[in-house]
Amino acid sequence: MRDVAVVGFAQRQMKELDGSPTCLELLVPILGELYQQTGWTKSDIGFWCSGSSDYLAGRSFSFVSAVDAIGTLPPVMESHVEMDAAWALYEAWVKIQTGEVDTAIVYGFGKSSAGILRRILALQLDPYTAQPLWPDTVSLAGIQAREGLEKGLWDEAAMASVVARSMSDAASNEWAIRKGATSPADVLAQSMYADPLRRWDCAPVSDGASGMVLAAGDRALEACERPAWITGFEHRIEPIALNARSLVTSTSTASAGAASGTAGVDLAELHAPFSHQELILRSSLGLGDDVRINPSGGALTANPMFSAGVNRIGEAAKQIWAGTSDKALAHATSGPALQQNLVITLDSQKGN
Amino acid sequence: MAPTTESRVLHAPMKVEFDYTRSLGSVLSQFMSALKQHSVLGGVLADGRVVVPPPEFDPVTHLAITELVPVSDHGTVQSWSWVPEPVSQQPLDKPFAFAQVLLDGSDAPMLHAVDVDAPADISTGMRVRVRWAEETIGSIRDIACFEPAGDSETSGSASMDFGPPEVTGMISPVNLAYDYAASPEETKFFRGLSEGKLFGQRCPVCEKVYIPPRGACPVDGVPTAEEIELPDRGTLTTYCVVNVPFKGQTIPIPYVSAYVLLDGADIAFLHLILDIDAADVRMGMRVEAVWKPREEWTTSLDNIRYFRPTGEPDAEYDTYKHHL
Repeated sequence: MRDVAVVGFAQRQMKELDGSPTCLELLVPILGELYQQTGWTKSDIGFWCSGSSDYLAGRSFSFVSAVDAIGTLPPVMESHVEMDAAWALYEAWVKIQTGEVDTAIVYGFGKSSAGILRRILALQLDPYTAQPLWPDTVSLAGIQAREGLEKGLWDEAAMASVVARSMSDAASNEWAIRKGATSPADVLAQSMYADPLRRWDCAPVSDGASGMVLAAGDRALEACERPAWITGFEHRIEPIALNARSLVTSTSTASAGAASGTAGVDLAELHAPFSHQELILRSSLGLGDDVRINPSGGALTANPMFSAGVNRIGEAAKQIWAGTSDKALAHATSGPALQQNLVITLDSQKGN
Repeated sequence: MAPTTESRVLHAPMKVEFDYTRSLGSVLSQFMSALKQHSVLGGVLADGRVVVPPPEFDPVTHLAITELVPVSDHGTVQSWSWVPEPVSQQPLDKPFAFAQVLLDGSDAPMLHAVDVDAPADISTGMRVRVRWAEETIGSIRDIACFEPAGDSETSGSASMDFGPPEVTGMISPVNLAYDYAASPEETKFFRGLSEGKLFGQRCPVCEKVYIPPRGACPVDGVPTAEEIELPDRGTLTTYCVVNVPFKGQTIPIPYVSAYVLLDGADIAFLHLILDIDAADVRMGMRVEAVWKPREEWTTSLDNIRYFRPTGEPDAEYDTYKHHL
């Protein structure tokens, strides 16, 4: 395997982007920031891959307009996934592993506020027997949360402490949307919204975009003093039918985590759009109490579709760059109720 | 509804609607045909478990499911979530619960709506029964929702007539509504049109002028900040004669659809050419905009009804050859 590292990351998140769902006005400065961080220009980048969705944008081929942000003469090698950009990052990592390229930029973008997000996301369900009922994201999460509550796998206090820790940690995250010192009691004092969920148990609908730079070997050292080397990168998927898997455990996360190698991580950025999902992820990954969870505040404080997952990887990489973590884990999810899960481990040292 | 003009950028409501027509495989054809007859079928997995809705393939052996058995239309709530603010096209348009319901005779729960008035009226373990839709067509929506069953016993659903499936397809209407916003650059362009002006942007690197403006130069990938006002006349670079009638056509055929390169611009855009016989249209022809009456102007390119010949001599090929 080639040694590949995360060497650049830039993000933009907001409650509502008063602009076009192509998100060009976010992507252009993000790419500018990535060039500044690495000292590179467009011609240094070997491969481009993005994550976005036309259903979210409400227009066809929205990712084609976004390519304007790159500038494509001479032509660039480019690809796209209809998933969070964390999976675009996986494609870019594989591309670098093939030896065809040494560097890549990955970006994700989405304007969730243009429609009713929890309704639009029903379109990712089975189209024969589930989607025609329009089960919204919040309801599916509520069913998942209640099952765990009633089976005694977690309780309201545990969910509230996830929310309180996330919002408190997000206070220092300039891109977080819902933030500020919060106690579990503050959370529990909130009324129920989608019983058993309070509003703060659910990630805020968020707009945003982000970009990330990957580089192999010496190219990584050229761009970054202390690159975040990728030592494990795995993703797994579970059946689309909600009754064909357990909703209260995440076997795909467990399996991706085991394959990535979670031993020795001191920090984990987990993509949990609902408070109880963080509890599922932590237990599936077997993370101990000594592992710092989501110092950025996590997805409960800003969850821009198609970039919230790659943001977890970016936040973990920042901790490696800064020397505040030696080995970090990041996770991204996609699909209904934690159907698809990706785990990456980042290290201040190159792989074995 | 007219677009609003107060915010930073233009917004307009947009609807995306499509009826997905889907064919059903052998398993779902049987399942949907049974629903039409007020009967619920489960699929028998290799391990003997009965699953509703039936999967098409066994999740463990991956073999096709071939055995379907009727299950009850009564069941038990296994988990649920309150839906305080239903969204469009959900089974009920007042607050309700989505629930996992384990039908008697099955081993895996199905997701559906339960019609109760408040969270206090539903609990895990509660008995519920199918409320059938007034008209059943062979769709998961034939089950309108579930309702509390109290002590009622199953009326059974075993009386269905197995045979060649009556239902082999389904139509899923998807209606999405968006607040569509233009980019700041597009907004400048469309607001300019409402004043009879044409605004483009120049790339600081290659100096090409884009109209409509795009926010970034697609060649260089840099922001295109400099605004340029362009005249409403230019050169026809290439064109086609439309001879094919189509639904919604408003202009008598034959007519000409052409790329117009405004003077000072580097990107041509598509518009209509009239006031000239289609046979006389040619590349390099000089054209000018014919605007609607000022009182009809909106933030739309339709403010220009069409382009017509100016009567000037044709442009030299060299002046537009790079734009073909």
